[in-house]
Amino acid sequence: MAFLHATTHASAPAIDNAAKKRSLTPYLLLLPGMVWLIGFFVLPIATLASTSTMTRPEGAAVGTYVQSLRFQNYLDAFSANKDQFLRSFIYAGIATLLALAIAYPLAYMIAFKAGKMRSFLLVLVVAPFFTSFLLRTIAWTQILGDEGPVVSFLKALPFFSNDIRLTSTPFAVVSGLTYNFLPFMTLPLYASLERIDPRTLEAAGDLYANGLTTFRRVTVPLSMPGVVAGTLLTFIPAAGDYVNAYLLGNPNTRMIGNVIDSRFFAIVDYPTAAALSFTLMAAILILVTLYIRKSGTDELV
Amino acid sequence: MKTTTLAPAPMPTLSHRASRWFARNLIRIYAALAFIYLFIPVAYTFAFSFNDAGKSNLIWKGFTLDNWKNPCGAPEVCSALGNSLKIGLISTILATILGTMIAFALGRYRFKGRSVINLLIFLPMATPEVVLGASLLAMFLNFRINPGMTTIIIAHVMFCISFVVVTVKARIASLDPRLEQAAMDLYANERETFRYITLPLVMPGIAGAALLSFSLSFDDFIITNFNSGTVATFPKFVYVSAARGIPAQANVIGSSMFFIALIIVVVGQIISRRKKLKVN
Repeated sequence: MAFLHATTHASAPAIDNAAKKRSLTPYLLLLPGMVWLIGFFVLPIATLASTSTMTRPEGAAVGTYVQSLRFQNYLDAFSANKDQFLRSFIYAGIATLLALAIAYPLAYMIAFKAGKMRSFLLVLVVAPFFTSFLLRTIAWTQILGDEGPVVSFLKALPFFSNDIRLTSTPFAVVSGLTYNFLPFMTLPLYASLERIDPRTLEAAGDLYANGLTTFRRVTVPLSMPGVVAGTLLTFIPAAGDYVNAYLLGNPNTRMIGNVIDSRFFAIVDYPTAAALSFTLMAAILILVTLYIRKSGTDELV
Repeated sequence: MKTTTLAPAPMPTLSHRASRWFARNLIRIYAALAFIYLFIPVAYTFAFSFNDAGKSNLIWKGFTLDNWKNPCGAPEVCSALGNSLKIGLISTILATILGTMIAFALGRYRFKGRSVINLLIFLPMATPEVVLGASLLAMFLNFRINPGMTTIIIAHVMFCISFVVVTVKARIASLDPRLEQAAMDLYANERETFRYITLPLVMPGIAGAALLSFSLSFDDFIITNFNSGTVATFPKFVYVSAARGIPAQANVIGSSMFFIALIIVVVGQIISRRKKLKVN
């Protein structure tokens, strides 16, 4: 939702007025929020970094760790969980592409064809959010479940074998991810499509561009900020998610989020969990930076 | 997408019009399917809130209104809901105040270190939840702070602030500066201008940010799960009971939240539309 607006302004600070002069006011306004973010975002990340190189002394109780600057933790953690890392990025990547394929026409329709229904349809895009996402994911497990309507239907068809399953498969996990983050894709796409002046599309037509050319050379480039924001807003949470893999998957679809979660709670291995979290964050930040560079939209923040 | 564009352009022949008609409706059909996809689980959740299923709401066993008559019938479901509402409310208020202040600083003042601030706002949004949750827990454990209600609220305020800042900042940036100049021209001082012009104009942005914060907080599971200790929130209750079957009362609560939020949003839209009409 935030990126919806983030993409709709060109970030120039307001053009007026007397308040512009150097004063203490902005710093006072920033102070409490920044203290919060430094105390509960920066500091925890720093703690995470420091935890990631700790080791457990011989014979110490479970959950006791001391700092020993063991960077080998990263290599150990990564090589033990390469598959889960790779899987997270592949699943998140596929889910992002699927969400884009579903959301682009949807956003296009709302922006250009919906007329007076526009704001109502936008509300509908966000509305599923209000039913807890866990409840919706669990609903999918039951709809796609072995006793559910979809599997029964498929079994009745001649070309599927009788032991067909939909849940506990990579397919289910990727569908769950696609579903859960679809609104995050749709809203920024809508925001950037909605800003396109229809006259630019007409102008393209006047200049003898056919529909496909207009779409490819005018609509798509103009909607790029939305595509970038939407893909990021889908990809980032999808790569770190573990709820879909837990509810819709099986042990072979575990993603890196599942590993971090179980390292923390089931195994009480904080350094490995921290090293994995840090690696995930770094990998995502690098990907995001490269992606924003490549797509040439800096207006994101 | 491609469908709208397959129509060969300039000559308005009959076949051209026909194909355009088809294209236009194809995208509508596509969008309708997307909406159905979005709402299948919502409808399923709603339908199964009427299931006469007892403890495990897996298979349809018959229609009943009992769950709606007695939404707190299942153990702990209402205390979890209460916790979530309390956390959502407190986090929303704090995050909205802090975030709005930052948004005004960024939108209305020039100062050194703006890019650092922007980065600090952006990073929490670009960090996966599991990392945010794990890092906060690592810090709390480090300081020997027991996770509970307070740590959940701390975490929720932290991840809501960024969304508030971005939402409110966009609203501030979209204001017509001439309105404030006009107020000043009419001898309003800075404070009056802010109180009577700027703030009311920014208000819809702040309200939207608050609504967003509340729904983010209310629906958050991953970060909460890391920092909640023994406190159960509604999403955590659902997750924990998923293994042994979720009581239909959870569906009642989920569906109610859906309808309440929908009503709030629709009423909000009607109000703002009326206001616009009045102004015009």
